[in-house]
Amino acid sequence: MFRFPKAILATALIAASGFAMAQSAAKYPGVGRDATPKEVAAWDIDVRPDFKGLPPGSGSATAGQDIWEGKCAQCHGFFGESGEVFSPLVGGVTKEDIKTGHVANLRATNFPGRTTFMKVPTLSTIWDYINRAMPWNAPKSLKTDEVYAVTAFLLSLNGIVPDNFVLSDKNIADVQKLMPNRNGMTTAHAMWPGNEFNGVKKPDTQNVACMKDCAPEPKVASFLPDFARNAHGNLAEQNRMVGAQHGADTTRPERKAGDADVPVKPTAPKADGAGSEMKAVNALLQKYTCSACHGVDKKIVGPAFQDVAKKYSGQVDYLIKKMQSGGVGIWGPIPMPPQKITDAEAKTVASWIAAGANK
Amino acid sequence: MRDELGSGRVQKAPESFLSREGIKTVFAEAKKGRRDFIRNAFAAAAAGVAVPAALAQGNPVPTEGGDPNILKLPEHSTGLGQGVAADGGYGKPSKYEANVQRRQSPGLTQTTQASVSFAPLQSLFGIVTPSGLHFERHHQGWWDIDPSKHRLMINGMVKANKVFTLDEIMRLPSVSRFHFIECGANTAVDWGNVAVPTVQYTHGMVSCSEFTGVPLITLLELAGADLKKGKFVLAEGADGSSMTRTIPMSLILSGEVFVAYGQNGEMLRPEQGYPLRLIVPGVQGVSWVKYLRRIEVGDMPYAAKDEAVHYIDLQPDGQHRQYSSIQECKSVVTTPSGGQVLLDKGFYNITGLAWSGRGKVKRVDVSTDGGRNWRTARLEGPTLSKALTRFNLDWVWDGKPAIIQSRAMDETGFVQPNYKQLRSVRGTRSIYHNNAIQSWLVQESGEVKNVQVS
Repeated sequence: MFRFPKAILATALIAASGFAMAQSAAKYPGVGRDATPKEVAAWDIDVRPDFKGLPPGSGSATAGQDIWEGKCAQCHGFFGESGEVFSPLVGGVTKEDIKTGHVANLRATNFPGRTTFMKVPTLSTIWDYINRAMPWNAPKSLKTDEVYAVTAFLLSLNGIVPDNFVLSDKNIADVQKLMPNRNGMTTAHAMWPGNEFNGVKKPDTQNVACMKDCAPEPKVASFLPDFARNAHGNLAEQNRMVGAQHGADTTRPERKAGDADVPVKPTAPKADGAGSEMKAVNALLQKYTCSACHGVDKKIVGPAFQDVAKKYSGQVDYLIKKMQSGGVGIWGPIPMPPQKITDAEAKTVASWIAAGANK
Repeated sequence: MRDELGSGRVQKAPESFLSREGIKTVFAEAKKGRRDFIRNAFAAAAAGVAVPAALAQGNPVPTEGGDPNILKLPEHSTGLGQGVAADGGYGKPSKYEANVQRRQSPGLTQTTQASVSFAPLQSLFGIVTPSGLHFERHHQGWWDIDPSKHRLMINGMVKANKVFTLDEIMRLPSVSRFHFIECGANTAVDWGNVAVPTVQYTHGMVSCSEFTGVPLITLLELAGADLKKGKFVLAEGADGSSMTRTIPMSLILSGEVFVAYGQNGEMLRPEQGYPLRLIVPGVQGVSWVKYLRRIEVGDMPYAAKDEAVHYIDLQPDGQHRQYSSIQECKSVVTTPSGGQVLLDKGFYNITGLAWSGRGKVKRVDVSTDGGRNWRTARLEGPTLSKALTRFNLDWVWDGKPAIIQSRAMDETGFVQPNYKQLRSVRGTRSIYHNNAIQSWLVQESGEVKNVQVS
């Protein structure tokens, strides 16, 4: 966010020599108009690492936990551990990291995960992103104080602030100084396309274009194991039916020299399912992000659709109501939020589930 | 030699590489002292099913003295064809091309809104990616936005905050330029070892289009931007994630960065940001903000989520490279490539794509013996700056195993590294910016495999 107090703006205009000349405006008359302050306020929501753009407000970690359990836990888990749908937000940081500003686990090649708080150096990033993009299916719906509260809750889960901490625009800059990986970033590389960071000019790899007898005889060090041969589907159906090479039929074992090619028919991906009814259901499952939490035949965060189908076979009306009102407790402690799905759409999905949720 | 443990596993989203053990460990950390709560981990990859091999085919002269496809005139030679606009006014590819699709990598992501579909590089010609086959990467799902209601705002260190409609932007002088766009996480799954079978999945997050639009500098000048103190520009999208990325003013001043509405002669596709997207040549795709709604001129970088949590490159010393943006010089042979079968010995055209985020591709060398000896390929014109470049090389296959590689060099003299060189400086946990030389093993059977050589 960038707000110039008017007085400063006026001075800046007179003082600054770097402002672009008004030539363009003269060159392209009638193109564009001034934005009103109201319009700028509506869209200019970004918060920088120096907290320019941060709206005043506050929220406690305790309040954050309540919001979390209602609006965030279904994707991120009760304690930010996520794991199966989204990357974990919490964990992997220590008191020592908070002192040093370097997350030690990032150096350990045997520490397998990288949580958000192991990586992120700036608290402004967390506040800004929750504010602009969360919750995932209803971005920008949190009130300012709720963003503070959820941010405070995440900080407390990571042991950066106490469990009853109240985060506000007054103390957020101080809390940023406790971020466990605040010293974990470097711009000493040649991959920024300008000189703004005074980075490194020379790329970090220096291959030479050798042409003859360049290397010893190569050994194959890594390739796909046989069990993964068909893991991406039949590759014969992922190549054009004519051409210098055809796709390998990966539904069969690897061919041997002299084996003939098997003619291939063009086949579009089957992701949409066979019938148009299934297509409609799939479209709705995607539209309302149902499939983020429910697999057709496997539990993700919520129960598998086929498990729901067993329990509520034929109960279309009940399922419609459940989608629209949400619920908690039947399948576990993670709540399903109410879905803003129309009656007709809910009926399409509910009918499919009630009939067995077949693929 | 065979890497049973590491290779072939199903990988998570490009930014979310967590093994099953990883989830467990992190999870345990997170819930220490909290209530008990355990879930199942990722589903394992499916295995193949054994079926016997099939009969011979080829192009022999049949016993009846000629090819029935020649001797017996087909229906299309003896009947009346279809009329104009029979397909509803927008033409589609032949039905025989149905295999050529952008595809998801199974198991890579759990939702389709924060996911990837890969372009079928193995089936494409030249340097232009058909718009419908352009790779997709969304962070919070795509939208089809009414262009008459879309606005672009420019604010920050400017004389006057400005608002533009599409009508106005399209009135301004436009440029049309070919550029590649590559996701920073392209080839990420192969950083540690071979994980996917074909070039579609290893390199399919690169595409190239002719984009049409207005240089951003023109719009900044219209707003009277402070081009000296305003060293950084924030680009922001209008979708749910309202993606933000920091763009260097120096690149904007060069005139290269533009706001595009056109792609390959028509408007942008909705999946590509219709009606307006930022074009940042040479820079990773995440900076090419889709559904572009706002540009803010500022004096410091913004540390957006995709600059401080994702799209940061972990180095062996535990530091992350931040604001790593340039897609360095890279190339890949697209045919023959993984998952394909050479039907016979004899002549083949080795063909592939090369590109560099620092300018033009100067030269591409190809090896068929795993990098011992190289021959320089023909570059098919035009070779354009920060665009895909097509290369070709004649090759006669003798039926023996061959390891095919390509190695590109750009106009700065930078030579694409091999895996050993890349890993020696960046380790294997960097996720982003894998521009290593790709190896394809042509086996005696003719079947081609994705391999890495030591």
